[in-house]
Amino acid sequence: MPLDGAARRAFEAVLDPQDVLSDPVRCRVYECDGLTGHRVVPELVLLPRTAEQVAAAVRVCAEHEVPFVARGAGTGLSGGALPVADGVVIGLNRLNRILEVDPVDRRAVVEPGVTNLDVTRAVAQYGLYYAPDPSSQQVCTIGGNVAENSGGAHCLKYGFTTNHVLAVEVVLPDGSTVTLGSDTGEQQGPDLRGLFLGSEGTLGIVTKVTVRLLRTPETVRTLLADFPSVAAAGEVVSDVVAAGIVPAAVEMMDALAIEAAEEAVHAGYTIGTPAALVVELDGPAEECGSTFEQVRRICEAHGCTRLHIAGSAEERAAIWRGRKAAFAAVGRISPDYFVQDGVVPRTRLAETLDRIAAMSRSAGLRVANVFHAGDGNLHPLVLYDGAAGETARAEELTSAIAELCVEMGGSLSGEHGIGTDKACSMPKMFSRDDLAVMARVRDAWDPQGICNPGKVLPTPRLCGEPGKYRPHPLEEAGVIERL
Amino acid sequence: MFDAHRPPARELLSDCVHCGFCLPTCPTYRLWGEEMDSPRGRILLMDLAEKGEIPLEGAFTEHIDNCLGCMACVTACPSGVQYDRLLEAVRPQIERNVPRPRGEQLFRGAIFALFPYKRRLRLAALPGALYQRLRRAPSVAKLVSTITATLPARLAAVESLLPPVAVREAFARLPRVTPAVGGNRRGRVALLTGCVQDVFFHRVNAATVRVLAAEGFDVVVPRDQQCCGALELHSGREAPALVRAKRTIETFEVLGVDAIVTNVAGCGSSMKEYGHLLADDPEWAERAARFSRSVRDVHEVLADALAEGPRAPRHPVRARVAYHDACHLGHAQKVRAQPRAVLASIPGVELVDLPEAELCCGSAGIYNLLHPEAAAELGERKAANVRSTQPDVVVTANPGCLLQIGKHLRGERPLLHPVQLLDASIRGVPVPQH
Repeated sequence: MPLDGAARRAFEAVLDPQDVLSDPVRCRVYECDGLTGHRVVPELVLLPRTAEQVAAAVRVCAEHEVPFVARGAGTGLSGGALPVADGVVIGLNRLNRILEVDPVDRRAVVEPGVTNLDVTRAVAQYGLYYAPDPSSQQVCTIGGNVAENSGGAHCLKYGFTTNHVLAVEVVLPDGSTVTLGSDTGEQQGPDLRGLFLGSEGTLGIVTKVTVRLLRTPETVRTLLADFPSVAAAGEVVSDVVAAGIVPAAVEMMDALAIEAAEEAVHAGYTIGTPAALVVELDGPAEECGSTFEQVRRICEAHGCTRLHIAGSAEERAAIWRGRKAAFAAVGRISPDYFVQDGVVPRTRLAETLDRIAAMSRSAGLRVANVFHAGDGNLHPLVLYDGAAGETARAEELTSAIAELCVEMGGSLSGEHGIGTDKACSMPKMFSRDDLAVMARVRDAWDPQGICNPGKVLPTPRLCGEPGKYRPHPLEEAGVIERL
Repeated sequence: MFDAHRPPARELLSDCVHCGFCLPTCPTYRLWGEEMDSPRGRILLMDLAEKGEIPLEGAFTEHIDNCLGCMACVTACPSGVQYDRLLEAVRPQIERNVPRPRGEQLFRGAIFALFPYKRRLRLAALPGALYQRLRRAPSVAKLVSTITATLPARLAAVESLLPPVAVREAFARLPRVTPAVGGNRRGRVALLTGCVQDVFFHRVNAATVRVLAAEGFDVVVPRDQQCCGALELHSGREAPALVRAKRTIETFEVLGVDAIVTNVAGCGSSMKEYGHLLADDPEWAERAARFSRSVRDVHEVLADALAEGPRAPRHPVRARVAYHDACHLGHAQKVRAQPRAVLASIPGVELVDLPEAELCCGSAGIYNLLHPEAAAELGERKAANVRSTQPDVVVTANPGCLLQIGKHLRGERPLLHPVQLLDASIRGVPVPQH
């Protein structure tokens, strides 16, 4: 149902009218996030400047039953911020203030539109930093990180967003404001903060976030090692973990990903090597030094063909720039691509990669692999050319890869979320009962169904009827037929 | 719809994968937090316009006009999107196909009737000089502030940018040929003296000639040189820009020099583009390409000379020096290491980088005249970032940046072109104050 005039006027009454975008050309630039395969133009885009305005706008939505979608920097890769037709987008980019830094208790209170990296920049002077580091950390916002429970390379050692957010102020779908969690991280009753973290914008809009800060490690050592095969690199990862070492990060890239990243940033990756590992250790200097030697020996034992140790902060930054730009850099070697995000048990990494390679060959599409090897979080990138009509085949392959991860005993998503992209694959991982429970929880928060509707849980509109069609025995016998 | 004359190429448009890595480096996105005033949003709009899905008039023109053309997004883009080429294709489409309101036309017309002409600029600078002298009298200052308060914002912007200019400097000329100091010549170069540069910053040109000569170059300064067309090119006035490009090529190609040197970031980036701009013109393509290959920023020449071994002894300059990367030098020409190397060759200099170094100061050619409010916000932000590093001297290699940062630093610190600092070091004279 298109937005009625009363709702429009109500939005203009609670926001500055110039912060309500209705021009169809302007609204079109909000039609997608980082997942460009899905596009829907919203009716209006609201750009509030304060938490109170967010709450007021959501109250208007509730009153007029207008579906709304919250959006940060629009870097999400699962279509979590895809607008809803006839609905509004609430952009939180202007809520970008750092409200409080408490270096003694190591906390900061920030608005949702602050970028991940800006939190670290604001507290670096106290020798502190904010640990979760999605590859898009210079762009993506804390609000989006909360919604997606974002991870990143260093989550292997330090945990995901949920481990670093103590409390969130949330505007619920009825427009009321609550605080979940507390400054100390303790909470009475059920862990609603934990439930909200990673709910992908379906339970409300976060307007204030209290994050935990860590002390900047005394020493950081980073190495880049080339291997003759992905399997050899995979074995290194297993051996490192088996040796009881907890690296800050272990990242793997294959030949295609290396080629793209090196072209983008010239960080010193070896073009043509079948696989490379980035291993980072941090902590007290002595501990770091001895474990670093251990890692080095493990690399050499597995036929490492070149081992490069970052000699300076600049070199380390360059290695990370390459790794973190890898997704987008693939744009240099392919007109289009899908980024997949799945998890497999670390012990089945090599096997999974072999299966992906086989699927890639039979689909006739290239797949580049960049991933957080330490925790088995894969990011296969399916390369295709939309103009050559390869889109459907690429979509099939990317879904098949996600489902392969489930088959391997892993998960549909490690950190990018389910969003629009993988809602239809949810029944592969969860039973009808699981999904029904999730839907009931969601209904309890959002009885009107206006808060980021159509995401995460499969809907008939998005996916067709749930469950695989099974013909009736009479139909099989040819007695009746399906119309 | 775009017309058929060099619309943005489909391949270039589809290079963008919508990752958003450009957002934090885009000045307008930082100011306003709106997707349509981000590089990614503008590319999406260009894409829609190219497909004919949206009209050029209205929102499209507004958001392309809002772009400073600083090219920070080109630096930030991991996918290698050539936003510079896209903008260069789209702006002339707007100039040709979207009628501007009368006032806007007049204002733009006035800018382009003034800035590319050294003689007119000198004349404009003359009353400027008189006026600055008068302005020191308190009664006049008060009158002026009352008048400018009532002027439209854009005219007030022109007024507040006018730098102090000495009449003698505005009319000074460089020698036609300055021979290399000492017998052993490294090479022979020609200097583009620029328009605003030569009138308001003649001292920078003079310092450039001295430094180049001291480092072993014969420096030729052709008297018949005119504007290189950078301001017009970056504003989408393609036809007059091309006329100027051809004239500049004609003037310089006959000199038989090893390099055409400029100390203006904006001029350098446009002259390096001539080859691309004239690629479809059979008569000019090759000449333009040859010309562009020989264009060097003065820091590129000096850094190469340093690598060979410096000739001119330097005297120490004990100062904390903040270097601001001019967008058209850093982002557009990717010349970042060379100015730093040149400054680091001065003993005693402690070089500091600015926070948010990638962010434009708001000058952006004539942007601070067309969009004074946005430019002023960016200028204040840049000035605050400069102050935070507590430098003794601030250096940057573009007259637009010098004017803009100068306006917002309000004379707190000496603000120079890097060659002025090097010149002072080589000559062993005190660091100039401006």
